[in-house]
Amino acid sequence: MIRKEMIAMLLAGGQGSRLGVLTKNVAKPAVLYGGKYRIIDFSLSNCINSGIDTVGVLTQYQPLKLNAHIGIGKPWDMDRIDGGVTILSPYLKAEIGEWFKGTANAVYQNIQYIDKYSPHYVIILSGDHIYKMDYSKMLDFHKENHADATISVINVPYEEAGRYGIMNCHANGKIYEFEEKPKNPKSTLASMGVYIFNWSILREYLIKDNECSDSENDFGKNIIPAMLADGKSLWAYQYSGYWRDVGTIQAFWESNMDLVSRVPQFNLFDPEWRIYTPNPVKPAHYIAGSACVKKSIVAEGCSVYGTVVNSILFPGAYIEEGAVIQGSIIMSNSRICKNAYVNRSIISEQVIIGEKARLGEGADVPNEYKSGIYNSGITVVGEQASIPADAVIGKNVMIDIGASAADFTSLNVESGKSVFKGGVAE
Amino acid sequence: MKNVMGIIMSGGRNTKLKELSTMRSSPAVPVGGKYRAIDFILSNMVNSGITNIGVIAQYSFRSLMDHLGSGKEWDLDRKTDGLFLFPPFLSDEGTGWYRGTADAMYNNLTFLKRSNEEYVLISQGNCIFTTTFDDMLNAHKEKDADITVAYREMNDIPMEELTNMGVMQLDSSSRLIDFQEKPMHPNTLNGSLGIYMIKRELLIALLEESVAHGYYDFVLDIIIKMLHKLKIYGYKYNGYWRSMSTVQMYYKCNMELLNPVVNNELLGKLKIYTKVKDEAPAKYNEEAEVKNSIIADGCIIEGVVENSVLFRGVTIKRGAVVKDSIIMQGSIVEENSALNYAILDKNVVLSKNRCLKGEKSWPIIIGKNVIV
Repeated sequence: MIRKEMIAMLLAGGQGSRLGVLTKNVAKPAVLYGGKYRIIDFSLSNCINSGIDTVGVLTQYQPLKLNAHIGIGKPWDMDRIDGGVTILSPYLKAEIGEWFKGTANAVYQNIQYIDKYSPHYVIILSGDHIYKMDYSKMLDFHKENHADATISVINVPYEEAGRYGIMNCHANGKIYEFEEKPKNPKSTLASMGVYIFNWSILREYLIKDNECSDSENDFGKNIIPAMLADGKSLWAYQYSGYWRDVGTIQAFWESNMDLVSRVPQFNLFDPEWRIYTPNPVKPAHYIAGSACVKKSIVAEGCSVYGTVVNSILFPGAYIEEGAVIQGSIIMSNSRICKNAYVNRSIISEQVIIGEKARLGEGADVPNEYKSGIYNSGITVVGEQASIPADAVIGKNVMIDIGASAADFTSLNVESGKSVFKGGVAE
Repeated sequence: MKNVMGIIMSGGRNTKLKELSTMRSSPAVPVGGKYRAIDFILSNMVNSGITNIGVIAQYSFRSLMDHLGSGKEWDLDRKTDGLFLFPPFLSDEGTGWYRGTADAMYNNLTFLKRSNEEYVLISQGNCIFTTTFDDMLNAHKEKDADITVAYREMNDIPMEELTNMGVMQLDSSSRLIDFQEKPMHPNTLNGSLGIYMIKRELLIALLEESVAHGYYDFVLDIIIKMLHKLKIYGYKYNGYWRSMSTVQMYYKCNMELLNPVVNNELLGKLKIYTKVKDEAPAKYNEEAEVKNSIIADGCIIEGVVENSVLFRGVTIKRGAVVKDSIIMQGSIVEENSALNYAILDKNVVLSKNRCLKGEKSWPIIIGKNVIV
């Protein structure tokens, strides 16, 4: 058995409930992003580009699409004889079956998987973030400092620091304190949820943590503080590139829109750091004589006869003549019919927007059903929904997965309202 | 069609493709924004359920081998069967360069003998069409034919193209009664597609017989010589079909892909597989003005593009105007340059303020890696 220097454990079980209808049927890492990707592609591509060829993907919430997406890891060149990608789902033990209780517990339950490769180091990643990072440089930093654990951090604005796990460090980068979502942050170095551990040490702490009944079994809340309390050597590795936790509708929309600026902060075109994903078998896209496309990203298999500005089209999107798409994300195989108007909306996969329908107009009123989710003026249409012709739909509207003409009580859906499949909220 | 195996003859050098084929054989010419010509016949075979396919290579096959790899993209990386590549080889029995199409198959007789499918579908590799071969096999069985040759009424291409093809004359039962190879004066419009259905055992016998007598060409020495001995039938194909035989046909075919009806027939109904490149989706900046064009992944567009086909990773800078042109992978059109009726091969750079103009009947070609 070849001994692996470092293997990755990729946490992909989170729901990402603040993405509303986008994560009703899929886990957050499987949400579509940037015209052809799913969010998890960034972490997986970072792994292979950093020379990590063994990745355990921990799934839990709605894993079907994620499992199908990852398969045997072919797109990431991870269909290996030794190592490669392995989907690790919760499983039944001799006595009891249990879900993953927290991030640390998820890894604890797969100690056997890691032991099989007896790595020196384990990198813990989350499949929720958009970023490009060379983990091998972080490992070099970890080794130079003879660290027991290294945590990747990013500088965030002071006002936002209270939303993150904050690392308080000495000038040389050594961590002396960790605060989870502090009211009065002492620093602005937020944890990115990327940790490198010496496996022998992490293994010990995972077992200890599991024995502790009042632990939440979480890396940020339990493992890191326990190691700090024991005086272990923890270091902060500062990352300064583009990094986004696209955890809310607004953050998701904004990060997608970042891609259409002239020189995006986040470059998907870098031949040295490709982002891999299963490629759809579709022809190059077609822009008709009647079309106008500006400041947009258009994927393969699209047909555009209408106007597309400041928008992102995923594979197989079809924009009919006279339709106008503005500041919107149109996901795979959705059709926008003639003379429809779509403004500041997220349209999921296989949606049909009927002729002359208008989306995203009117006052900016937060959603009545879930004001914490749909409150940034963005209307969200769930997958396989069908919007009837001539419908007028306001801002912050949520259209449920699979909703069809029968579920619309009126063609006029005012800002802040919702349309549910079957007429009622679950 | 589990009972059919495939053989693709990738052919020799085609000088009529000029610069496009100096470094590649005609099945490897890039088409339609992301494909190479051979993707069509390979996908047609795969979509017909054929999983045992040999590609016989001869001229400048490096780019073809690189493209096909292990056959992963066509789902042909199999334990049993899959994709086999047969470049020429020297051995005690092998003769090095293939002396003709029959000789090429004869040199790889082991492949035919080891396979156990009842039928063999033989095809050229440089034609653009989308179909499955179930109908042709049924016709072959119904007529109890020895060989079935696919043909098409070539009423939508220039007549001089026919002088580069096999021209077939059939009787009322579709039996082949005359076959002119590359005739000066074609006596019908029925052009052979270079696609043959034949029983494997019969093919082996015919090849052994032919090569033993010093005859090496499948068409001249088997089809034409055996016209009356064998039951050879024609099978009419009615769909869109173009051969990458000349620069004019190459240009015409790419431009016809801009017609949504043709595009849909070729690319919208059945899946055409090709090697993937993992490019990001195409990006349009504010100044982009694109009309009636095919644009592949990885393109960045800041200029004007009309009636054109852009392959993967092409950059069109601000102020550039591209019309009626084909631009292959990785090429760059710099600021304020203009391109009209041109074919840019891979990785060409058209520098600032340059202007290149061909004619519709005679598009200008800029070879690979050239900086203008």
